[in-house]
This record gives sequence, C-alpha cells and structure tokens, in this order.
Amino acid sequence: MNSHTIRTYLLTMLFCLTGVCLPLQASSNAVSEDGDVDIKEVILDHIGDAYEWHIMTWGDHHISIPLPVIVFSQEKGFHTFLSHKLHHGESYNGFYLATEGDHKGKVVETLSTGETVRPVIDLSLTKIAASILINSLLLVSIILFVSRWYSRRSASDDAPRGFVGMIEMLIVMVYDGIIKPSVGKDYERYAPYLLTAFFFIFLSNLMGLIPIFPGGANVTGNIAITLVLAICTFLAVNLFGTREYWREILWPDVPIWMKCPIPLMPVIEIFGLFTKPFALTVRLLANIMAGHSVILALVCIIFVTHSMGALLGGSMTVVSLLFCTFMNVLELLVAFIQAYVFTMLSAVFIGMSRVEHHEK
Amino acid sequence: MSLFTPDVGLIFWMLLSFGIVFFVLAKWGFPVITRMVDDRKRFIDQSLEAAREANAKLEGIKAEGEALLAQAREEQRLILKDAANTRDRIIEEAREKARTEGALMLEEARQQIQHEKEVAIRDIRRQTAELAIEVAEKIMRTNLTTERQQMNLVDRLLDEVEKN
Repeated sequence: MNSHTIRTYLLTMLFCLTGVCLPLQASSNAVSEDGDVDIKEVILDHIGDAYEWHIMTWGDHHISIPLPVIVFSQEKGFHTFLSHKLHHGESYNGFYLATEGDHKGKVVETLSTGETVRPVIDLSLTKIAASILINSLLLVSIILFVSRWYSRRSASDDAPRGFVGMIEMLIVMVYDGIIKPSVGKDYERYAPYLLTAFFFIFLSNLMGLIPIFPGGANVTGNIAITLVLAICTFLAVNLFGTREYWREILWPDVPIWMKCPIPLMPVIEIFGLFTKPFALTVRLLANIMAGHSVILALVCIIFVTHSMGALLGGSMTVVSLLFCTFMNVLELLVAFIQAYVFTMLSAVFIGMSRVEHHEK
Repeated sequence: MSLFTPDVGLIFWMLLSFGIVFFVLAKWGFPVITRMVDDRKRFIDQSLEAAREANAKLEGIKAEGEALLAQAREEQRLILKDAANTRDRIIEEAREKARTEGALMLEEARQQIQHEKEVAIRDIRRQTAELAIEVAEKIMRTNLTTERQQMNLVDRLLDEVEKN
C-alpha cells in the first residue's frame, strides 16, 4: 500500500526532472512517529497482497480503490462486502483485519469460542486477484484484436505493421524459436498453452513495473500465481506423456541393481517430476519478487536519507533516481527473460515427455 | 512465512482467469494468428518459387531470342554473300558477252571493210582502166590523127614486140 505512495513520489520526481511539477506530499503508514522509515514493512507490504488497492496518500488522506471481500464463515455463512469497511481496524459483521500473528493483514473473525480464525473460504478479490483479472482482460483483448486483424485479411495481403506487427513478432519468436524446436512433433497442440503462458507472464511482469493503478501489483512475484502456472505445465507434461517417457521414469536404462530390488532410480525420477514444476514456480517468483524489492529499496533510500538532512536527502534522491531508472530498465529485461525462460522450460519438459522409443 | 504460502483465494482466481484466458485464446486467439503466419510464410515461399521460375523462363526466352538473332545474322550474311556472288557472276557474264559480241562486231566490220576495200579496189581498178582507156583514147585521138603519128606508134609497138 505505502509502496505505492513511494512509487507515486518516484513518478513525481521523474515528472519534475522533465519539467512537469506536481506538488505531491508523500507520507506513509510505514513512517513511524519519529520519522523513521520501516523499509522492511514497506517492501513486504508491496510484494504481498492487500484487500484494497492503494493509489496514493495525499496529506493524511488515503486514496485507494475498495475491492470486494468474499468470505465464507462456518458460523456466519457467506459474506460479501467492500474492503473500505475494514479501514483502520474497523470490523464488519465480525470480520476484521488481523494486525499481528500468523494471519497479519488477512481477514479474520472471532468465533463464539473467543478463538480468532481465518474464515473457512476467503475468495476475496484482492489487489493481486483484481490485477490478474485486469491483466487477463487486457491480454484477451490484445490477442483477440490481433487475431481479428488477421481473420479480416488473407495470406497474400501485406504483413502487419505497428502494434499488430509487434505482437506477431513476439508470437512468431515464441512459436518458431521455442515451441517448434523444443516440443518437436505435435507442437501445434501445445502452442496455445505455451503462448498463453508466455504472454500472461510477460504482460503481468510488465504491468507490475508500472507504478500506478492498473499496474504495480506483484502478480508474477506471488507464489499462488507461479504455482498455478507450474501446475499447468506439470499437467501438460505428464497427462500426454508417451509410453517411452513413463518407461524412462519407472524402468530407466541403468544397471539392474539400481532399480531392483530397491527402486533407487525410479524414486529419483519420480522426485524429479515434482522438482521441475517446483523450480519453475520458485524461479519466476523469486526473480520478480527480487526485482520489485530492489526497486522499492532504492526508492526508500530517498525517504531514509531525507530524515537525515536536506542536503544528504537531495543528493541521495538523485542517486536513487539514477539507480531506480537503471533497475526499471533491467526489470524490463527480466520481465521478458523470465517469461521466455518459463515458456522455454515448459516447452522443453513437454518435448521430453513426447520422446519416442529409439533403437540404440 | 506468508510470502511462500500460496493463498487459496488467489489460486482460485488465478485458476479461473487463467483457465478462461487460455480457453478463449486457444480457441479464437493464437491458432488464428499462427495459422495466418504459416499461411503467409507458405505464400511467400510460393511467390519466391514462382519468381524463380519466371526468372528462369525469362532467361530461357532471352537465350532463345539471342539464338534467333544469331541465326538471323548468319542467314543475313549468307544471303549477302550469295547476292555478292550472283552480282559478280552476272557482271562477269555480261562482260564476257560484251567481249564476244564486240569481237564478233569487230570481225564483221573488218570483213565489211575488207569487202568494201575489195569493192573499192575493184572500182578503182575499173575506173583506172576506164581512165587509162579514156586517156589512151584521148591520146590516141590526138596523136594518131596524122598518118605519120600512126605509123610511129605502129613502129614503136612493133619494136617493143620484137624486143620482147
């Protein structure tokens, strides 16, 4: 939440540099009474999830978009309400945001037994969930727009230019550069999934780099998202695996004592089945989360040093801006590379599961 | 730590939206585009092939034209050569004819001249004889008027005959 204030401040500074001056006062919840900035709080706050979408803070006034909270409690049943009802520790129908403990920042309820628990089901449309919806809508409209462009033309027409040409370039890059060589036979069957995964990750990464609404949410840096993506790849790999693929896992070509009587190699291979999606999950998550954290930390330098004096603060602001610009550019690169790597590894795993029996 | 514990709500939203996105894009999005790109690639390949063929055909036509041109040039040369030969032959023949005819005419002329000459000579001879006779007559008419003169002549003639 606060991080957005800071990001807005960063944006303001960038505007100032280009001559547009916006008098914006940045303040943050993470600034304690004596003016210290809790950097850890700021960063964790940003890369985590939230029930509202904080835009900025103007003076003491928080501007945020309330999002629906959808919870199902064992005692109170199904409840849907907007998140601004939970502002400043207020409770609504017995639901409130926990301020500490295991469920810090989450919606909890106090049962009649006096116990504080999470609702059984919490399907709240949180900031990241809303961001997923926005990104999905954006992705669908972009790709459908492009495909509409194509369905209105014939193959003998001119090649597309501009935006459609750019999307085509990306699609062809993934299609010809990753899917065809990595998957091998039957690549058309897997192309839609791999392309969807690539564009979903790439778009989410890019949206995450935009500091203000509708971007800025740490979507691909959240484990739930990367886990779902990795599970999809896991299913694509293992549901359509060939006989030869399963034979190589369960009865690999190793000396007999390594698979019988103790199935050493099969156990390792089966373990390997699950490490692959796990690696996919963590790689994407860690890369994006780290990028967001570093940019936030660099922005925080401004606030930390400003509390130490105007001169130091001013000069460090320039340094921080330079570093932030550099990091943002680097993150653009990472956004692309991580989408590329995820797609390529998925394609390679799928290709490995399509092996045919070959004579030695 | 909450950063590494997947939130069930988020998983639900992610599964739902990613599933819908995947379904929509796999049905109406990417296949349309990739098919079109493949079609265009095939079309470009075909166009290239057609262009190559057309080029080859053009090359053939050019070579054919050049061959035709060369052939025509050769024929032209032959015709010219033939014409020159014919011309030379005709001239030669004409010259030959002229020569023989000239010779013939010359011969004829010569014969005529010869004939004329003979006629003339005969004529001259006759005239000369006539003249001589005339002269002789005249002389005789003048000189033999007298007796004495006649006798002189007879004597002289007799002398001459005797001398012979």
